[in-house]
Amino acid sequence: MKYLPLIWANLMRRKARTLFTLLSVLVAFMLFAMLGAVNQAFTGGVQFAGANRLVVTNRVGLINSMPINYADRIAKIPGVADVTWQEWVGAYFQDPRQPITGFGVDAASFLEVHDDFKLPPEQAQTWLADKAGVIIGPLLAKHYGWKIGDHIPLRSNIWRDKQGNSTWDVNVDGIYAGGQGDQLLMHYKYLDDTRAFRNNQVGMFMLKISDPDHAAGIAEQIDGMFANSDAETKTSTEKAFVQSFAAMLGNIGKIVVGIVSAVLFSMLLVTGNTMAQSIRERVSELAVLKALGFSRRGVAFMVLVESLMVTLMGGALGLAIGTVFAGAIGSKLPFVQNFNTPPSSLAFGLLLMLALGLLAGLLPATQAMRLQVAAALRRA
Amino acid sequence: MSSPKPIERPQTGAPLVQLQGVTKEYRRGSETVHVLQELSLSIPSGDFLALMGPSGSGKTTLLNLLGGIDRPTSGSISVEGTDIARYGESELARWRAHNVGFVFQLYHLLPVLSAERNVELPLLLTGLSASERKVRVQAAMQLANIGDRAKHKPSELSGGQEQRVGIARAIVGDPLLLLCDEPTGDLDRKSGDEILELLQALNREQGKTIVMVTHDPHAAARARRILYMNKGRLSTEPEK
Repeated sequence: MKYLPLIWANLMRRKARTLFTLLSVLVAFMLFAMLGAVNQAFTGGVQFAGANRLVVTNRVGLINSMPINYADRIAKIPGVADVTWQEWVGAYFQDPRQPITGFGVDAASFLEVHDDFKLPPEQAQTWLADKAGVIIGPLLAKHYGWKIGDHIPLRSNIWRDKQGNSTWDVNVDGIYAGGQGDQLLMHYKYLDDTRAFRNNQVGMFMLKISDPDHAAGIAEQIDGMFANSDAETKTSTEKAFVQSFAAMLGNIGKIVVGIVSAVLFSMLLVTGNTMAQSIRERVSELAVLKALGFSRRGVAFMVLVESLMVTLMGGALGLAIGTVFAGAIGSKLPFVQNFNTPPSSLAFGLLLMLALGLLAGLLPATQAMRLQVAAALRRA
Repeated sequence: MSSPKPIERPQTGAPLVQLQGVTKEYRRGSETVHVLQELSLSIPSGDFLALMGPSGSGKTTLLNLLGGIDRPTSGSISVEGTDIARYGESELARWRAHNVGFVFQLYHLLPVLSAERNVELPLLLTGLSASERKVRVQAAMQLANIGDRAKHKPSELSGGQEQRVGIARAIVGDPLLLLCDEPTGDLDRKSGDEILELLQALNREQGKTIVMVTHDPHAAARARRILYMNKGRLSTEPEK
């Protein structure tokens, strides 16, 4: 602590240079925080994935369907506790550019399998009894100002009813908490009874199993059961499914890591160069400090702390600003789930700041440490 | 100007520094440069020794060896009975912090720190509290007659004032040895005289043992005794 005035004074030696270096680090970590939010938005579903849930999709791809009667056959497999199914609605309200994550589900079995969706019992009762009922997530309700009891003309960019219309009139019967982000869940039966095509077909089965340890065996049994049929299946754990879904969107994680690595590497060069330049400018001063009795380690320590102060101050400010920005952007994108900087990104950012500061300061610190006092004073 | 005669004044104490058979060699490519050759010297406590000699004669090298910022190729340098030539780099740094004060020709103050912060630097290596350091800094600055410039940066001081700050920094830790390398070499005569008077006062009144390297016979005449270096050897007479 007693060295702090000296370290700070050195840092403020060339204010403009320090300021620009700080700003560079700040921008890099602001970007890091915002990319953390992007990454979370694309892969965040993984954290909600239940260990005891399996997802069955058509082997060909997500847009291909499977007959609904698969449900009965899957339910008979030992170890399967509950089966439910869902169909993508392609829903939107008024503006097709703002899609809603909407599914047609079998309400009763859905609530059994997805016990992470918390719905008050009276709302669940209403929904189960209302053929045209939907339940929605809280952000969706807030964004459109929907309340329980509201009637909504929900539109689909996929389905048409038998009269050729794309609008389904639904009633808001409940607003759930928990679950996997903000969705709109309508009755599959209502959708399927009224739609003009792909009847009795579903996009996905989800099942709850009694013992997660048996997941691999059950998945193998399901896929074996429908092998060589018109709609072969691919069964995976919910976590693997969400991860592969995120990967289909372009492996956002790898893109984010790539961008962040490039930015941080540039920062390493910028900060390292600044520190090296700063040390070159004060060789004689470091020699004097050593002559006064400062040890090799002491001098190296001060250089490292100086480098760390640049990355920690700039980085912390950058992370804070990036987190606030990400939150602000996320609030404008209610249907992009979890668009905020996760604490894990902040912790990783802190580690990166430390690593960046240490790496950038390493070479100058070594130079300062190895400085020969007599020779440096002779040159001064 | 003729060289002044060595001043013979009584020594005031027992030997503080003893150099025995000290040699210092440098490698310059394939050539070996003998800077100091079998040099022996005794410096009593309370001495004020001026080292004179032409450039390249080894004066500053000797000063660096006395101050532990360089090590001899052979021989021993005993300070208060401890051979510092055997110390490793870390031990030497610790030893310097507690036993040596340096005064440089170009002052070598840290430009980013105020005068008082510069003076405080050696005390950062001690266990003193901030308030204790402050008291010591004020005392040293008053002794060096520069107390009124405590808050000024080096760039706001004259050369003489900067050197006073340098001296305050050198004495603030109450070292055994004060090593001055051309302390007036960058000052006008008036400021130089003031610095020399200050060094004399520190020697006379505070009992500081001072070794001063100088080219200036006028400055050397302020010392208790003068030794001359020539081609790495010491003598009491200047080279003819």
